Amino acid sequence: MSVASDQFKGDATRVSKDEMQRALIHRGLKKYEAARSIRQAAFQDWEAARQTAAEIKWDAVNHLDDYLAEFADKIEANGAKVHWASNSQQAREIILGIIREKKARSIIKSKVMTGEEIHLNECLEKEGFDVVESDLGEYIVQLREEAPYHFVFPAMHLARGEISELFTKELGTAPTENVEELTMIARRVMREKYLSADVGISGGNFAVAETGMISITENEGNARLTCALPKVHISLMGIEKVLPKMRDLALFLPMLATAGAGQALTGYNSFYGGPKSGDECDGPEEFHVVLLDNRRTELLADSEQRDSLGCIRCGACLNVCPIYRNVGGHTYGTTYQGPIGSVITPHLRGLQDWKHLSNASSLCGACTQTCPVKINLHEHLLQNRRNASEEKPVWWEKMAFKGFEFVMNRPFLYRIGSKIARLVFPLHELVKASPIDPAREWTKTRELPPLAGQSFREYWSKRS
Amino acid sequence: MSEREQIFGRIREALRNPAPVPGAHHGESLPPVTEASAAPHIPEWLPLVGDSEAERLELFKKNSIELKADFRLLDSEEEVHAQIAELSADWKRVATHRNPLTDLVCDRIDLPILCTDGGYDAAEMEECDVGISACDALIAQTGSVLVTSTSAGGRSLSVLPPHHIVVARRDQLLSDLPSAFALLEERYAPDYPSFISFITGPSRTGDIERILVLGAHGPKVLTILCW
Repeated sequence: MSVASDQFKGDATRVSKDEMQRALIHRGLKKYEAARSIRQAAFQDWEAARQTAAEIKWDAVNHLDDYLAEFADKIEANGAKVHWASNSQQAREIILGIIREKKARSIIKSKVMTGEEIHLNECLEKEGFDVVESDLGEYIVQLREEAPYHFVFPAMHLARGEISELFTKELGTAPTENVEELTMIARRVMREKYLSADVGISGGNFAVAETGMISITENEGNARLTCALPKVHISLMGIEKVLPKMRDLALFLPMLATAGAGQALTGYNSFYGGPKSGDECDGPEEFHVVLLDNRRTELLADSEQRDSLGCIRCGACLNVCPIYRNVGGHTYGTTYQGPIGSVITPHLRGLQDWKHLSNASSLCGACTQTCPVKINLHEHLLQNRRNASEEKPVWWEKMAFKGFEFVMNRPFLYRIGSKIARLVFPLHELVKASPIDPAREWTKTRELPPLAGQSFREYWSKRS
Repeated sequence: MSEREQIFGRIREALRNPAPVPGAHHGESLPPVTEASAAPHIPEWLPLVGDSEAERLELFKKNSIELKADFRLLDSEEEVHAQIAELSADWKRVATHRNPLTDLVCDRIDLPILCTDGGYDAAEMEECDVGISACDALIAQTGSVLVTSTSAGGRSLSVLPPHHIVVARRDQLLSDLPSAFALLEERYAPDYPSFISFITGPSRTGDIERILVLGAHGPKVLTILCW
């Protein structure tokens, strides 16, 4: 068992008993469900839209080399500089290099999950730079020195009282239970930062090949300010984010908004094609796009699970997942939580260390059903289980199945076995739920169903 | 070999295995699509918009209410001036850009005006009470305002001041998102402005307990004057 797997088990047990946390998550997701179902119903044909979205992403990912080259060439022609990073370390070095060259001190960030993936904040802070997350939820978790709880709703696990205490402690503001006041505290802090920051770092939701533009979706306006005011704009994205055509966004933007937060369209959907051009009045002087592989090409090579690179990070699969709802986001210990995280993390960070995530599933298929780009999520969880056991079989599971096969091929052994089982079963009461109970994993929290007095075979022969 | 070449090498190697047809899970039947491009069908799947101008206006109005945007449909330039006179009661300073529609509005404002054309100081703009801009289009389907750095005075004017006022003519109201993208292509391709944005309502957040708060970082108020 890996360290990650032990941590998962421990945290899952703890959080599933934490009624406060579960109630917060439950209330938040109920609101999401209600809003989403209204928005989805407003589509004239959601299923056809999903299928087309899946096909467009399939085309993009299966011709990634062509579209990625087109995107990079176009955006460079518009005056951006494209950088290529095979892994986290290279991406960090590229970004540090740009920041050092510009002699920048202060950095403002809008939400960038790829940044979490490469641990960008830790790296920049260690090098002595002042880095601030501008998205309200991200800012809150940054002040708490913890990871986002959900890649769309980063601070959904916190109640207003906890956030008020945090702001009082870190910013010296007066305690308040008023959510609007809390939001305005963050607004005031950020206003100064936008104006003084030397570098703005953003992510990107889509990279449009046709026009060489990146598309950023947000509600708060923090990404717009991050990409408008500092002299240098750096955008960090995974290589899989390409879309072939600009007009594809007419489908993807409302689907992302609907699946992500139950909105018809997110507050701001902005496209950036380069730095300030000659006749424009504002914008950054430099625009850098850092494209990150970080083992995405390994996932690409798995043609069975390749569709998971089409993920638009809407978070819908987390919101509907019974496991996520009960164990919470931090338990996963991953950048991307929930079903999509359980599918891709073993590819990005090692199958054997992260295979336990594939078992944290009820296989209900709610994730697959809700996914706006039709990623076959619950099947991929099964495939990860299969791949993990093929790569490194567990000895006792192998033995158990050998034994099962041996007995099942010999009817008399099966008959004797089931007779003995019926005789010794009452003795189970003596060890039930104790450490020597072979069924302990089950019996420590549940009753075993009683055995029937006779087997079906006996019943049938007596009947005739 | 450069990093770019190495990444492309890995991509091409990975793509040598063909992937299964998208979306077909457990042999379920797929909805009937698609020719070479799905684009012509997208309007048939997105939320419905009426055909007439009256229906589009009605939908834009309905969406504005849901989004808590302040949409004012007016009949004449006199009405626009009257609205601005009412709105500007508490203003001390105004930011805008040169455009026939913004000129029309700002000519009657007797306050210091920061104009973004030719560059400006961001700290000064931050002091302004309002940013007044034109736009490329309004979109009935989503209640959105389409702006670009060319049409709306740059990147900051529509997001930095606490109140954003958009001035638009009725004939700028489009029905849906696909027609907005068609407009962008027709108006700008292949030289797009470096910044394009669909603004849908005032700045908002739900990051604390999923409770809606307006004015998270951008404007608390979005007013759309349309005549």
